[in-house]
Amino acid sequence: MKTLKIICLFLLLLLAAPAVPAQTAVSGTVKDEKKAQVPGANVFIKNSYDGTSSDARGNFSFNTSESGAMIIVCSMLGYETVEKPVTISGAALSVDFILKEKISELDVVVISAGTIEASDEKKTTVLKPLDIVTTAGANGDVYGALKTLPGTQQVGESEGLFVRGGTGAETKTVIDGMLVHNPFFSSVPDIAQRGRFSPFLFKGTVFSTGGYSAQYGQGLSSVLVLETQDLPDRTSSTLALSSVGVGAGHNQLWKEKGMSAGFEVNYTNLAPYFALVKQAQEYVRNPQFTGGSVNFRKKTSSTGMLKFYGYFNTGDLALKRHDIDSVDHKSLFDLRNENVYTNLSWREYAGRWRIDLASSYSCNRDRILLDADTISGISQLSQGRAMASRGIGTRSQVRFGGEYQYLTEDGRFNQYTRGFYDNYGAGFVETDIYFSPKLVARAGGRFESSSVLARTNVAPRASLALRTGRHSQASLAYGDFYQKPDRDFLYFPGGIDYEKATHYILNYQVVTDSLTFRVELYHKTYDQLVKTVPVLSNAGDGYARGIDVFWRDKKSFRNVDYWISYTYIDTKRNWRDYPKPVMPTFAADHNASLVFKKFFPKIRTSAGFSYLYSTGRPYYNPNNPEFLGDRTYDLHSLNLNASYLTRIGKAFTVVVLSVTNVPGFSQVYGYRYSSDGLRRETIGPPAKRMIFAGLFMSFGQDRSREVLNNNN
Amino acid sequence: MKKTIVLLAFLLAAGISQAQDKKFTAAMEKQLAAMDSSKTKEQFQASFNAFERIGNAEKNEWLPKYYMAFCSLMMGYMDDTRKTDDYCDKADQLLALADSLSPNNSEIYALRSMSASARIRVSPMTRGAKYGQESGVLLAKAKELDASNPRVYLLEGQGLFYTPPAFGGGKDKAQPVLEDAVKKYEAFRPASSIHPAWGLPRAKKMLEECRK
Repeated sequence: MKTLKIICLFLLLLLAAPAVPAQTAVSGTVKDEKKAQVPGANVFIKNSYDGTSSDARGNFSFNTSESGAMIIVCSMLGYETVEKPVTISGAALSVDFILKEKISELDVVVISAGTIEASDEKKTTVLKPLDIVTTAGANGDVYGALKTLPGTQQVGESEGLFVRGGTGAETKTVIDGMLVHNPFFSSVPDIAQRGRFSPFLFKGTVFSTGGYSAQYGQGLSSVLVLETQDLPDRTSSTLALSSVGVGAGHNQLWKEKGMSAGFEVNYTNLAPYFALVKQAQEYVRNPQFTGGSVNFRKKTSSTGMLKFYGYFNTGDLALKRHDIDSVDHKSLFDLRNENVYTNLSWREYAGRWRIDLASSYSCNRDRILLDADTISGISQLSQGRAMASRGIGTRSQVRFGGEYQYLTEDGRFNQYTRGFYDNYGAGFVETDIYFSPKLVARAGGRFESSSVLARTNVAPRASLALRTGRHSQASLAYGDFYQKPDRDFLYFPGGIDYEKATHYILNYQVVTDSLTFRVELYHKTYDQLVKTVPVLSNAGDGYARGIDVFWRDKKSFRNVDYWISYTYIDTKRNWRDYPKPVMPTFAADHNASLVFKKFFPKIRTSAGFSYLYSTGRPYYNPNNPEFLGDRTYDLHSLNLNASYLTRIGKAFTVVVLSVTNVPGFSQVYGYRYSSDGLRRETIGPPAKRMIFAGLFMSFGQDRSREVLNNNN
Repeated sequence: MKKTIVLLAFLLAAGISQAQDKKFTAAMEKQLAAMDSSKTKEQFQASFNAFERIGNAEKNEWLPKYYMAFCSLMMGYMDDTRKTDDYCDKADQLLALADSLSPNNSEIYALRSMSASARIRVSPMTRGAKYGQESGVLLAKAKELDASNPRVYLLEGQGLFYTPPAFGGGKDKAQPVLEDAVKKYEAFRPASSIHPAWGLPRAKKMLEECRK
C-alpha cells in the first residue's frame, strides 16, 4: 500500500507540475558561400519545436529545452538544407552555417553554341512559339519569324533560311526526327514561298546556326528541328477567316484514354486579295491552295507517346512574266502541285532508357508549264529512324541511332525522262558528359552512306559549354557537315562526292527571365563544293566567317518585349559556274533587325513592328569584268502588326492585322540582265506592301466552368 | 494493485499525449495569430519557418504543411514574378505531402487551386488558358468535397474579378459569388481553433471593390 501511495504521488507530481527543463542558449550566423548574410533562414533542432528565423543581418539566437545529442538544421528556400550534430548540455552553444545555393534546372549549363531554342517548356530558351506567331513581318510563318534572328540573311526572292553565307538548301527542316523534303510550297520565280506547316503545330523549335548535333545531317549550314505538340489541354474547334482564305479544324481529347484526334482543312485563294492589291506579275490563274491535315496522339503508357500527323495540299497558279529579251513577249509560268506528308513517331521510357522511333512518307508532284515546255517531277521519300538514349549519372547522357531514307526522283522535260533513286543510311553516336553542373562536353560522330553517290562519309562533332556565372555561359562547337549535291546533279552523278562544311563556333550568352544577350563568333570552311565549269567536279570551296549579336529585353519597359539582332559576315565561295571565289549573291555584309512588341492590357491588344536592314547584295552584271562585283542598294523594311484578343460568343478570338514595308521603301533583291547586257529589270517583291488581315477563333470545351456553374 | 498501476500508467500516457496535443495546438494558435497579422514578405517568411519547425516536430499533422504552403504563396505574390514558379513549386510539394496525410480535404484542394492561379502572373498571355483551367478543375473538386467551404467561393470570386469581361469574368460576375462567400464565412465553423479560417477580410474588401 505504501508503495502504491508513493507511486501515485510521484505520478501526480509528474502530471501536475509543468516540467521546467534546463534551457540552453543557441546562437550563430547564417551566411552563403560568398560570405553574404542570409536573412529569414530557418534554424531549429530536428524533431523539436525549438528554433527561430535568422534576422536581417543573418544572426539568430533561441533557447532550447532539449538536451543530449541532437541535430541542428538550417534551411532556406533556394539553398541546400544543412544539418549539424550538436551536444546540448546547458552551456551556451554557438553554431555558424554556410548555405550552398541549390542547383535548379536553370543553373545547369547547356550546349548553346550555334543553337537558338524556342520552347514553352524550358525556361532558358530564347523564344517562345507564341513569339514566332506575333512577330511583325512574319505573317505567322515560322521561317518568316526566324529571319529576324541573328545568323540569317535577308533573301527576299527565294524561300528558305539562308544561314551564315549558305544557300536555303543548306538548311534542313526536321519534324519529330524526320526530314521534311518539301517544307515550303513549290518555287515560283522571284516569289518567296511560305512554309507549309502552321507554327501552332509545334511545341518546340530549335534553330541551329551551325555546329548541330550528330543526330542530324545533310545540312551544310543549319538544321531547323521542330517538335509537334503532345496531347492538347482540352477539346477545341478552330475557325480561321483571312484576307487569303478560310480554314476550320477540330481536336477531340479523350483525357481518360490519354488520346486525342483532330483534323484541319483550309482553302486559300488569292484572287480577291490580288484584285485589291496590285501585284507585279500578271496572273492567268490566281493562286489557289486546298489542303488539310489529320493528327492522332495517344499515350501508350504513363511515359509513352505515339503521334501521327498527315498533311496534304494541292496548289495551282499561272502567271505571265515579262521576258527581258523581247519587247512584248510574256513568258508563261504555270504550276500545279500536290503534296502529301505523313509522320508517325513514338517515344517511350524504360528505366533510364528512352527510345524514339519514327517513320515518314512524303510525295510531291509538280507539273510546270514554261511557255511551250512541260516540266514535271515526282519526289517520294520514305524514311525510318530509331534512336536510343540513356542517362548516365545525374545529368550525362549517351545516345545512338540510325536512320534510313529511300528517295526516288522522277523528272520529265517534254518527252525526255530521267530519274534516280537513293538508298541513304546513317548512323550516329553522341554523348553529353557533365563534369559538373557547370561544365559539359559533347562528343559524337555521324556516318552516312548514299547509294546514288556510291560514297560514304564520317563526320566528327564536338562541343563544350562552361557556365561562367549565375546566368551566363560560354560554349564552343566544332563539326564536319556533309550534304548530297542538289537534285539536278544527282540524275547523272558521274562520281561526284558530298559537299562539305566545317564549322568552328564560339558563343557567349547571358540569359535571365527578362534579358538575353548572345554573341557568337563563327568560321565556316566549305570544301568539295560542286563546280560545273570547266567540268562537273567537287573542286569548289569557300569560307564564311563573322560575328552575330543578339539582345532581347522583356523587362525594361512595361509590357514591352523587343529584340535586336545583328550579323556581320565575310564570305566568299567558288562553286557552280563561278570563275573564282567571290561573295555569293545570297549574302550581305551586314544584316540587322529590330523587333518590337507592346501589350496594352486594357484594350487587350498587342502591337508591334519589325525593322529589317541589310547592306547590298552582289548581283551579276555582264558588263562588269569583275564577276559579281556590283552591289544592290541597301535594303530596308518596316513592318507593322497588331493583334486584338476578344471573345465572340463562347469563342476565344484573335484578330490580326499586319502590313509589310509600310513606308513603301523601294526594295531591290537583284537585277536580271538581257542576253545582250544592255537592259536590266529589277528583281523585287511582287508588290510594294503585303497586307494581311485575319480572324482566328478557338472554341474550347472548358469543363470546369460548366461544373462550377452547375453546382451553383 | 496491478490494475491500479496499469490504470495510472494509462492515465499518464493519456496525460502526456494530451499535453503534447496542447503543446501543438498552443504553438499553432500562436503562429496563426502571427500569420494573420503578417503583411510583409519577411513576416510571412518567419511564419513559414515557424510552421516548418512545428511540422518538423509533428510529422503526421497536415496543418503545418498547409500553412507553410499558404505562406509560400503569399511570399510569391510579394516577390518578383521570376521567383513565382519556385514559390508555387514549393507550395505544391507541401500540399502533396499534406494531401497524403489528409486525403480528400477541401481546404487542400482550394489551396492547390490558388497555387495554379498564382502561376498565371508570370506570363498571362501564354499561361492564362492552361493554368486557368487547372485551377478551375481543382477548385471544383474542393467545392465537391465541401460545398460550405467559404474559401472556395472567395477563390472563385477572385478568379472572376481578375478575368477580363470579354472572357466571361469581371466585377458583375464576381459580385454575387463574393456576396455568397461572405455569407458562407459567417455561417462556417472551422473544425478547430487551428483549422483554416482565413479570407473574410479579403472577401469583404473585394466585394467593396465590386460595388464601386
